[in-house]
Amino acid sequence: MKVRAQIGMVLNLDKCIGCHTCSITCKNVWTSREGVEYAWFNNVETKPGIGYPKEWENQSKWNGGWKRNSKGVLEPKQGNKRRLLANIFANPDLPEIDDYYEPFDFDYQHLHNAPDSKHQPVARPRSLITGQRMEKINWGPNWEEILGTEFSERKKDKNFDDVVQKDIYGQFEKTFMMYLPRLCEHCINPACVASCPSGAIYKREEDGIVLIDQDKCRGWRMCVSGCPYKKIYYNWKSGKSEKCIFCFPRIEAGQPTVCAETCVGRIRYLGVLLYDADRIEEVASVANEQDLYPAQLSMFLDPNDPEVIEAARKEGIPENWLESARQSPVYKMAIDWKVALPLHPEYRTLPMVWYIPPLSPIQSATEAGHVGMNGVIPDLKSLRIPMRYLANLLTAGDEKPVVRALERMIAMRAFKRSQQVDGVEDLDVLQQVGLSADQVEQMYRYMAIANYEDRFVIPTSHKSYAENAYDIKNGCGFSFGNGCSDGNNGVNLFGAKKATVKQIIPVEIKE
Amino acid sequence: MNYLNTFFFGIYPYIALAVFVIGSVIRYDREQYTWKTGSSQLLESKKLKQGSRAFHIGIIMVLLGHFVGLLTPAEIWHVFGIEAGHKQLIAMTLGGVFGLICFYGLTILIKRRLFEPRIRATSSNMDIAILLLLYVQLILGLLSIFVSANHLDGAEMLLLMSWAQNIVTFDLTEATAAITQVHWIYKLHVALGMTLFVVFPFSRLVHIASVPVQYLSRNYQVVRSKS
Repeated sequence: MKVRAQIGMVLNLDKCIGCHTCSITCKNVWTSREGVEYAWFNNVETKPGIGYPKEWENQSKWNGGWKRNSKGVLEPKQGNKRRLLANIFANPDLPEIDDYYEPFDFDYQHLHNAPDSKHQPVARPRSLITGQRMEKINWGPNWEEILGTEFSERKKDKNFDDVVQKDIYGQFEKTFMMYLPRLCEHCINPACVASCPSGAIYKREEDGIVLIDQDKCRGWRMCVSGCPYKKIYYNWKSGKSEKCIFCFPRIEAGQPTVCAETCVGRIRYLGVLLYDADRIEEVASVANEQDLYPAQLSMFLDPNDPEVIEAARKEGIPENWLESARQSPVYKMAIDWKVALPLHPEYRTLPMVWYIPPLSPIQSATEAGHVGMNGVIPDLKSLRIPMRYLANLLTAGDEKPVVRALERMIAMRAFKRSQQVDGVEDLDVLQQVGLSADQVEQMYRYMAIANYEDRFVIPTSHKSYAENAYDIKNGCGFSFGNGCSDGNNGVNLFGAKKATVKQIIPVEIKE
Repeated sequence: MNYLNTFFFGIYPYIALAVFVIGSVIRYDREQYTWKTGSSQLLESKKLKQGSRAFHIGIIMVLLGHFVGLLTPAEIWHVFGIEAGHKQLIAMTLGGVFGLICFYGLTILIKRRLFEPRIRATSSNMDIAILLLLYVQLILGLLSIFVSANHLDGAEMLLLMSWAQNIVTFDLTEATAAITQVHWIYKLHVALGMTLFVVFPFSRLVHIASVPVQYLSRNYQVVRSKS
C-alpha cells in the first residue's frame, strides 16, 4: 500500500443554476491573455448538447483517453508511444480552433465614432486571431446555453447513446436540460501526462494537481488530443499547452480554487482523498467499463482506519492533511454516501472531479397518477432526465449508482420534510435507501446548508518542509525563468513574445 | 577571391558553430520558455497535414544523408567497397527523392504560412524567414544534382567531404583549399548551410534538439514532488 493524498472536487449539479460565475472568474484570473482567449479552464455547458469543443465526448471522433488493448494493457487511445511519435509532424486527432470557436471582440469604439446616420450604429465582431471582421460567430464555450441550437444538432450528444426514443426529447413537452460545469479532472491516471512526449506534464505527489511545466513543454500538442475531456489548450502565441492549474497557489495557502470560491450556488466542495497508488494500474485496466466506477471507489482509503493512518505517516503525509482527510466533504459525498459520481469513468483516467447528479421534475404522467411510487420515492424512470443519460455521463452506462444517488437525495428531502413539517422522523424512507438518520443529518448539513467551512476543507501545504527557506531568501519570486528578469527587456534575441503586448493588430475596415 | 574563400569556408563555419552552440546553451538555460516547435496546427490543420509530414520526412532523410555522407571518411567507404562514383550516385538518387518530397511539403507550408490569414497574422518574422531560407537552401541542393550529373566520377564530392572533415578536425587551410575548386552552386549551398547553424538558436529550429526520444523508454505517468 502506497498512500497518496489528493485534493478532489465535488460539484452538486442538483444546485447548479448555470450562472457561469465560475467560468468568468476563472477566465479573468487565468486566461485573459492573447493566445488563450478561446481557452476556458472552466466552462459551463448545457446538457444535452455536444459541448465545447464540439462533440468532445465522442471518443470515436477525438480518440482521447485510454484504451485497453488485446493483452489487457492500457495505452492512450490515440496510439501507443511509437504511433504517437509517428504522428508528431501532424496530429490527426487535434481539434482545430473552429471546434472550440474563433475568439472575437466587438468594435465598441464604433459606437462612439460612428458618423450621423439613419440607423443606430452597432458594434460588429472582429476576430482576435486575424484582426479581421467576422461576419458570423458560430460557436462558443456555452453555445447551447439553455437548449440553444436545434435538437438535430444537440442529439449528437454522446450521452444519448442507448437512451430509448431519444427523439422524443426534442419535443417541447418532453425536453430536459441540466448544467455541466467542466474543468480539468486532475485524474489519478491522466492520459495527457501519458501522451506528453517531452514529459512536461506531471502530477504533483503532494496534492495530486496535474500541471504543465511551461519551460519543458515543447508544443508537440499530443496532450490536447490525449485528454478525453479536452481540457488542455494550446496557446498559439506562446506555443505551449496550458491547462487548469487547480489554482494551486490558492490551494497551497489553504484557500479554495477561484471557481469554487466564487460559486454563488455553493455547489462546489474541495477536500482531501487518500488513495492507494499501488493499485492505479490494476484499477484503471479492469476489463468491464462499468466496473471502473466501483473499482475506483475501492482504491480510496478510509482516513479513520489506523492502518491507513500509519501507512500515510510513513509516506510523509503531514498530520494536518490526515486531519483534513477525516473532515473531507469529498470523501463523505463520493465514498461514504455515494451521491457523487465520476465524469465518464469509461475513459479510464480515474477522474477526481466528481458530480452529484441532478434531480429533475417528475413528468406530468406521474402527477396524473400513472407512474408508480415506492413509498414517498417516485419511480425514478418518471424523472424528466432519463436515468440512462445520467448513467452514460457518470457511470459508463450503469444506472444503479445513479438511481442510488438520486434516491438518497429524495430520501433526504422526504426525511427532512417529515421532520420539520410533520414533526415525525420517517425512518422507513431512510431504510429504503440504506442510510442512517445520522448520515442524513450530515448530508443535509453538507448538501443543503453547505457552509463555507464544510464545503472547503483544504490543508495548507508545508512549503517549509519542501523548500529550504534559507536558500530562497532574496529570490526573485515569480519570473519568466530567465533569472530575475521581469521579462520586460525591449529586445529578445530568442523571439520571446511579450505577454503584455498584443500581437494581433485590428485591421482597418472600411464599410 | 581567395580571402572570400578563406572567410566563408575557413572562418565562417567556426563562427556559425560557435553561435550555434553558445546561442543554444544560453537560450536553453535562460529562455527555455521560448524553446518550442511553434506548431500552428490549432489554427489550420488540413494543409499542415499535407505539408508537414512530407517536409519533415524529406528533410530528416536529407540531413541524415548529409551528415553520414560528408563526415564518414572515404577510407571507411572503401572498406565497404563503395567507390566515390557509386557513392555519388546513391547520394544523388536518395538526395533527389527525399529532396523532392521535402520540396513538395515545404511548398505547401510556405504557401500556407503566407496566404492563410490566421497563420500569417500569428507568424513572427522569423517563422517566415526560416521557411524561405530553407526553401532557397533546398532549391540550391536540388539544382546541384544537375551539376553533379555532369561529372559522375565523385571527385567533387570527395572535395566537399574533405572540406567537411577538415573543418571538424580544425584544419581550415586544408578545408579552404579543398573547397576552392568546386562549382559555385555547392559553395553557395555550403555557405547558406552554415547560415542555418547561425539562425538555429534564434528560431524555432531549436525543436530539432528536443526530439523526444526519451518518451519511448519512460513510464507513461510522471509524478513530481515539490521537494
